[in-house]
Amino acid sequence: MNILKLTLCEAAEGLRKKAFSSVELTREVLDAIEKKDGELNAYLSVDAEGALRQAAAADAARQSGRDHALLGVPVGIKDLINVEGQPCTCASKILQGFTSTYDATVSARLREAGAVFAGRTNMDEFAMGSSTEGSAFKVTRNPHDLTRVPGGSSGGSAAAVAGGEAIAALGTDTGGSIRQPSAFCGCVGLKPSYGRVSRYGVTAYASSLDQVGPMTKTVEDAAVLLQALAGRDAHDGTTLDVPVPDYRAALRGGLKGLRIGLPKEYYVEGSDPEVMACVRKAVDACAAAGAEIVEVGLPHTEYAIAVYYIVATAEASANLARFDGVRYGHRTPRPDSVFDLYAKSRADGFGTEVKRRIILGTYVLSSGYYDAYYGRAQKVRTLIRQDFAEAFKQCDVMFTPVAPTPAYRIGEASNDPLKMYLGDIFTVPANLAGICGISVPCGKTAAGLPVGLQVLGPAFGECAILRAAYAYEQEVRA
Amino acid sequence: MSKYLITIGLETHVQLKTNTKMFCGCSLKFGAEPNTNVCPVCLGYPGALPVMNREAIKLTVMSGLMLGCEINPRSTFDRKNYFYPDMSKDYQISQNTHPLCLGGGVTIPTPTGAKRVRINHIHLEEDAAKINHYARFSGVDFNRCGTPLMEIVSEPDLSSPDEAMEYLQALKQILMYAGVSDCNLEEGNLRSDVNISVRPEGQEKLGTKVEIKNMNTFKGIYAALEYEIARQLNTVTRGGTLVQETRRWEPDLGETQSMRSKENAHDYRYFPEPDLVPVSLSDEMIAEWREALPELPTARRERMVAEYGIPEYDAGVLADAKANADFFEAAARACAPGLGKTVSNWFMTEIMRLLSETGTAIGECALTPAALAELVTLVDKRVINGPTAKELLPELFREGGMPEALVKARGLGQVSDSAALEGFVAQAIAANPKSAEDFRAGKKAAAGFLVGQVMKLSHGKADPKLVGKLVAEKLASPA
Repeated sequence: MNILKLTLCEAAEGLRKKAFSSVELTREVLDAIEKKDGELNAYLSVDAEGALRQAAAADAARQSGRDHALLGVPVGIKDLINVEGQPCTCASKILQGFTSTYDATVSARLREAGAVFAGRTNMDEFAMGSSTEGSAFKVTRNPHDLTRVPGGSSGGSAAAVAGGEAIAALGTDTGGSIRQPSAFCGCVGLKPSYGRVSRYGVTAYASSLDQVGPMTKTVEDAAVLLQALAGRDAHDGTTLDVPVPDYRAALRGGLKGLRIGLPKEYYVEGSDPEVMACVRKAVDACAAAGAEIVEVGLPHTEYAIAVYYIVATAEASANLARFDGVRYGHRTPRPDSVFDLYAKSRADGFGTEVKRRIILGTYVLSSGYYDAYYGRAQKVRTLIRQDFAEAFKQCDVMFTPVAPTPAYRIGEASNDPLKMYLGDIFTVPANLAGICGISVPCGKTAAGLPVGLQVLGPAFGECAILRAAYAYEQEVRA
Repeated sequence: MSKYLITIGLETHVQLKTNTKMFCGCSLKFGAEPNTNVCPVCLGYPGALPVMNREAIKLTVMSGLMLGCEINPRSTFDRKNYFYPDMSKDYQISQNTHPLCLGGGVTIPTPTGAKRVRINHIHLEEDAAKINHYARFSGVDFNRCGTPLMEIVSEPDLSSPDEAMEYLQALKQILMYAGVSDCNLEEGNLRSDVNISVRPEGQEKLGTKVEIKNMNTFKGIYAALEYEIARQLNTVTRGGTLVQETRRWEPDLGETQSMRSKENAHDYRYFPEPDLVPVSLSDEMIAEWREALPELPTARRERMVAEYGIPEYDAGVLADAKANADFFEAAARACAPGLGKTVSNWFMTEIMRLLSETGTAIGECALTPAALAELVTLVDKRVINGPTAKELLPELFREGGMPEALVKARGLGQVSDSAALEGFVAQAIAANPKSAEDFRAGKKAAAGFLVGQVMKLSHGKADPKLVGKLVAEKLASPA
């Protein structure tokens, strides 16, 4: 068994055919983590015993006739998704030692399907960052070049999948946190439309933008994992009661007749030429394979970063208020007063980037500034949403780069927050508009660094992006 | 000294009568062990999300309809940010910009006639936890955290503490009528903050506004208002200046104390709650809820006068508490037409007395409207007499049961048979020759004494009217 290559669908097939048991498969994954993670730092914690127990239960269930695409398959979980009885640090000192008291809906759905929880993957603290350097505990390395970042914030999940330490993993995407690390590490990452997957039990960064999604080795794997996650949840009022289609069946539509939009604002100077060359090559190949290429406009793209960093930080400033040292998490030892307890617990517990965003978010909501910042940002957000709605009248999906650069060196951008924020330019608009997107590998730079192609689709258009990405992956790229 | 005008506005918080909390499935049972009715949602655990309690929306809208408010077809929730240990998320989910109900009002009696007190709006929010202070530490009980709380904000239309009391009483009565809250003051179901200012007569602009918090009883509100009016008048008449501030009522000291001035006012940084979608209410849904509304007390009073022929005074007393009026109407409807006044008499005298003696509410005693109706009917049909009925009532009140069965089992039916009674009449006259003589000498009152004697001889079961007739006949005939 080669965990590096083994896809989720192959693993499921092997289990179904009894080529190996879940316990054997899980042991392989745990061994790979044991061997490689000292270098990659993809995981924050691994409950080997618990995973093997789940694997044994999955094997027993299969013996008694149960079957599911995820039954017995180990899946890495980003460390902000609650799994009852497991740590959930969000890569923050403020939640060091915290144990989840309940399952997130996505965890419960994986549990129900019989999946095995392989371990908790590293991330930027509270998902705030694009390199995973913001973790309070360790710096995850890019499996393609250990001196480089894996991207973020779901960098641990991406590195684990790409580095042969996981078959598949869950990430979350608030402004690109699934798609960008997938691109940097050369795996597939899908950000579902807002309201497609439950956020219940997923520690909130920016509530109106966050979505959980699959990070996998293939597009088909992403379809299978999404199938288990998607659907209305009574615990999350922002999930929509839209029927969940058969995503695997949707893969096989091909490229013929597919209208691929190229938003001209995404194809301007400023991006890495090698990245743009890979994306262009993918577009041309798809055109050659029968897709129709249309140029479209997303005129408010230039405001997306500003809008994102106002909306996201405003919501974060409230979402992170609960980490106050009163009920759980880090509490300063000898506070002078209740407000001293808040101030010291939070000063000790949060890292620099988290503090920066809380302060920014507090500022933009403050009386006298609200209208100029938050109020205006909401208006521009509506314009960005309308841009996409208009553009999707002319095309079925859009092809764009995921990030303007390939993976950069560890330390290279971490001292320049603005530079790092600008790296999110191609991913944040999808979150602001609530639409879906998938990152699929589309070649490498001369230095061997993976490049990601982003396929964007309209809200609840997961079938369209899966079809396009699958056709590209299977028919064109190979 | 020039005259001063007093301006008062109230922000009244009402705990809604839902089974579960506003955003989670936790129970709202009062008096449970601390921190037992809690879950990840109301404890603000990482990842927990609120889910709207539709019942809380319905009860708020029903309150709004009862108070003549306009219902917002699309209402939204906001986060109100502040750090305090009683708020598990360190923000409160409330409604800042698009509350559920707008406008409306309450009519109150004043010495100079009825007065309309306008309502600005009604919004829905979650209650905070309860903090208990002990000698060396403080404890937070999250059982209350997340209780649905409706806030009714009045316009500054009140001009005295008495009017404020009338307003609160009227509000309480309407809310209890609507069945949206128990309005139990001991359990903190109804709390009010007040805004108050004074200004010289003739001045258009309102004076400096002071907000007072921490009154747990209506008496407390009254006392706080009286104290604060005196304090403000004292300041301005001496040429002093008032500052816009929030003050806290200290019931033990009987005074208000400054909590924070305008400069130190919180910046709550309200913004739309992204975890909750806007609440959309269709016209059909609002119409359906309007259908389900109970009558307002004033309308009920008028209807009861017309329907049962009872005096306005009776109708007013009965309609005062919805449960009493419900009981009366159920009993009156179970009787033959024309007995409404009799049922009302029974309720107003005997039952009210029993209620006040035992300190119970009508819903807590064993007496049913059907039993009262049967009792009144038995008297009306002269199956039993009034005194017997009065004797039976306390038992029915305490232990329940139906009067007719008791009458039969104990043989309490009144004796209306002349032949059976004539013997008693003769016996009574024979035993009291002086009374018979007095009667014949023109002292008609002497007959009453003789009737009483016959009643005694019949062990109270004789039909008093018939006895009166027989006594008169007997005395009129030659001895």
